[in-house]
Amino acid sequence: MRSESFQDLTRDTHTGQRPLRVAIIEENSIRAAILLDGLREAGILDVEVIDTMTNMLRRLSTVDPDVIIIGIENPSRDVLEQMFQVSKLVSRPVAMFVDRSDGSMIQAAVEAGVSAYVVDGLRKERVKPIVDMAVSRFNAFDRLQRELLEARSELASRKVIERAKGILMRTRQLSEQEAYGLLRQTAMNEKRKLVDIAQSVVTAASLLEK
Amino acid sequence: MSVLNVEQAGSGPVRQAGSVNEAPSGTKGRPVPERLVRVGFIPLVDMAILVAAAEQGFARREGLRLQLVKDVSWSNIRDRLAFRQFDVAHMLSPMPIASQLHLGSNPYPCFTPFALGRGGNAITLSVDLYREMQAAAGLDGSEDALTNGLALKKVVERRRESGRKPLVFAMTYPFSSHNYEFRFWLAAAGINPDADVTMTVVPPPLTVDAMTARAIDGFCVNAPWNMIAVEKGVGRMVATKADIWPSAPEKVLGVSPEWAEENPETLSRLVVALDAAARWCDDRQNHGDLADMMAHPAHVGVPSEMIRRLLSGRLTVDPNGRTRQVENYMTFHDRSANFPWLSQALWIYSQMVRWGQVAYGELGLARVRAAYRPEMYRQILGHTSASIPAGDSRIEGVETESFIDGRRFSPDDIPAYVAGFDIRKDLGSGVAH
Repeated sequence: MRSESFQDLTRDTHTGQRPLRVAIIEENSIRAAILLDGLREAGILDVEVIDTMTNMLRRLSTVDPDVIIIGIENPSRDVLEQMFQVSKLVSRPVAMFVDRSDGSMIQAAVEAGVSAYVVDGLRKERVKPIVDMAVSRFNAFDRLQRELLEARSELASRKVIERAKGILMRTRQLSEQEAYGLLRQTAMNEKRKLVDIAQSVVTAASLLEK
Repeated sequence: MSVLNVEQAGSGPVRQAGSVNEAPSGTKGRPVPERLVRVGFIPLVDMAILVAAAEQGFARREGLRLQLVKDVSWSNIRDRLAFRQFDVAHMLSPMPIASQLHLGSNPYPCFTPFALGRGGNAITLSVDLYREMQAAAGLDGSEDALTNGLALKKVVERRRESGRKPLVFAMTYPFSSHNYEFRFWLAAAGINPDADVTMTVVPPPLTVDAMTARAIDGFCVNAPWNMIAVEKGVGRMVATKADIWPSAPEKVLGVSPEWAEENPETLSRLVVALDAAARWCDDRQNHGDLADMMAHPAHVGVPSEMIRRLLSGRLTVDPNGRTRQVENYMTFHDRSANFPWLSQALWIYSQMVRWGQVAYGELGLARVRAAYRPEMYRQILGHTSASIPAGDSRIEGVETESFIDGRRFSPDDIPAYVAGFDIRKDLGSGVAH
C-alpha cells in the first residue's frame, strides 16, 4: 500500500463541497490521539472523536462524517453496522485497523467491499493514506454495486421480452422475428418502453391462463 | 489484537512431518504434516466444540493445528474471513445466509457445512421491568416463557397509556438468532417489536453494563451473559431459546469459500474433528474438563463453575436465587445438532422476510440454499455416523421441537407461513436491507 498514489483522493468526497470530515470512534484516548495527529498532519482538520458508546448513533448522525475510522478491537463495530441497517443515509466508508496483511488480503478485502484497513497497526503517518483509500474503495464499490444492479435489471428485461415473444409466437402463430417486430411496433405506437409492452403481454397471458 | 495459539500444551509450536502419532481418518499409516487452520471466535460458551477440537486432540488426530483467535464483534469476524485472516469462524447461524443474500455491510459470501450446536440463548429483562410485570399480571416466578411475554404486553400497554417512553430491547447483531428469537417471543405475546418497543444493538460484553446503566430494559444474548446479569442482581431471565424453538441452530462454522476451494481435504478433516469434538462435548462426564478449558482467559474467561452450571442447564433466573432446570439448554451433537438443515436456513430466511430485511423471491431461495450445505456434511461424515438425517429439509416445529406459538414451518411455502403471522412488517414495503 503506497501512499503517494492515493494522495489526491480525499478531495473527491461524495459531498464534493466541504473539506473532508472524519469521525473517529475510539475509546482509547492514546489511539485516538495518534489518529488525530495523523489526520492533522495530512491537513484534515474537521475531525470528531467519539469516545463512548452511549449516544454514538446520535452523535454520528449529527457529525455526518465522510469517513468513519473505527478500531477493530472496538465491539461497537456491530452497533455501527446496525446503524447502517436502520438508515441507509449514513452508509459511509469505514476504515479499520488490522494487524497484518498481504497482497491477496487487500484483493479479498476490496472484493468483499471492505473500505480500507491498515497493516502494521496504528502509526500516524499511515492515517491519511488510509482515509484516502477508504474513500476511493468505497466509491469504487458503490459504483460497482450500481453497475451490477443495472446489469441485473437489464437481464430481467431481456427475460420478460423473451417470454412475451414466446407467448405471441404461440398464440398468434408468428415467427420470432415477427413477434419481436410486433412488440417493437406497439411500443413505438404507444410511446412506451419495449419492456413495458412485453410485461403487459406476459401479465395479460397469465390472467387469461386457467 | 489477541492472537493466541491455544494448542494443547506440550505439542510444540511447529510439528514436523511424520510427527503425528495417530493417523488421520482415511489415510491410515501415512503420516502427514500438520496443517494450520485459523479460526475466529467470539468468547461465548457456544464455541465449546472449537475449543474441545483444539484442546482435546481431535484436530491433531486429523493432522490439523487449530489456531483460535478471539475477536470482539461479528462484523469483524465476517470481515476478517474476507481479509483471509481467518480460514473459518464461529458465526451466528443467520450470518452465512445474510452474506449470500448480500445483506448488511461488506457482505462476504461464506457458507456452513456444520452447525456448532443448539441452545444457549436467553432473554433477560431488567429486574425493575420484571417487578412491573409481576405487579401487572400477578406473576409468582414459576411462569413459562409465553406467560411472561403476555405479562410484558400488559406492561407495554400500561406504559403507552400513561405516556411513558417505549421500552428499549437489545440484541447483538441485526442478522442474529437473538434478533429473530427476541422478536418471535415478543410477537407471540402480541407485542410488535417495530412499533411497541425500540430494538437496538448492544455487543454481548456490554449488555450487562448497559442494563445496569438503565440504557436498556432487556436483551437476548448467549451464555454466559444472561446468568451474569442475574447474578449481578440487575436481570431476570424470562425465556430461553429452548422455550422459543428448541431446534433453532445457534452458532455455525462459517467457511471462506476461497479457502474451502483451495483446501478441500483440510476442510473435510476439520469437519471430522469437529464431529468428534461435538460428541465429546455432549458427554456429561466431560463437562468438568470442558468448563475448565472454556474458563481460560484465552477463551470465554468466566469462572469454570458458572460454565459448568450453564452446560448442565441449571440456570439461576432471578437475583433472589430462583433456579430453573432447562432440558437441553445447550446441545452440541445429539438430535442432529450439527446437521445444517436447509429447512432451518429457510426458517431464518422466513424471519428476514417477516421483518422486512429482505424481499421473498426465487433468487433469494437459491442463495439461501448456497449458505447451508447439508450435502457437504453427508459427503464428509456419511461413512462415520449412523445418525445422519435422511432428508435435508423437514417440517420444523413438530412434537417436542415446537415453536412457542405452536405453528409449524413448512419450508415449501414460506409466503404462506409469513402471511400467517399477525405481527410482521407490511410485506409490500419490504426493504432490501
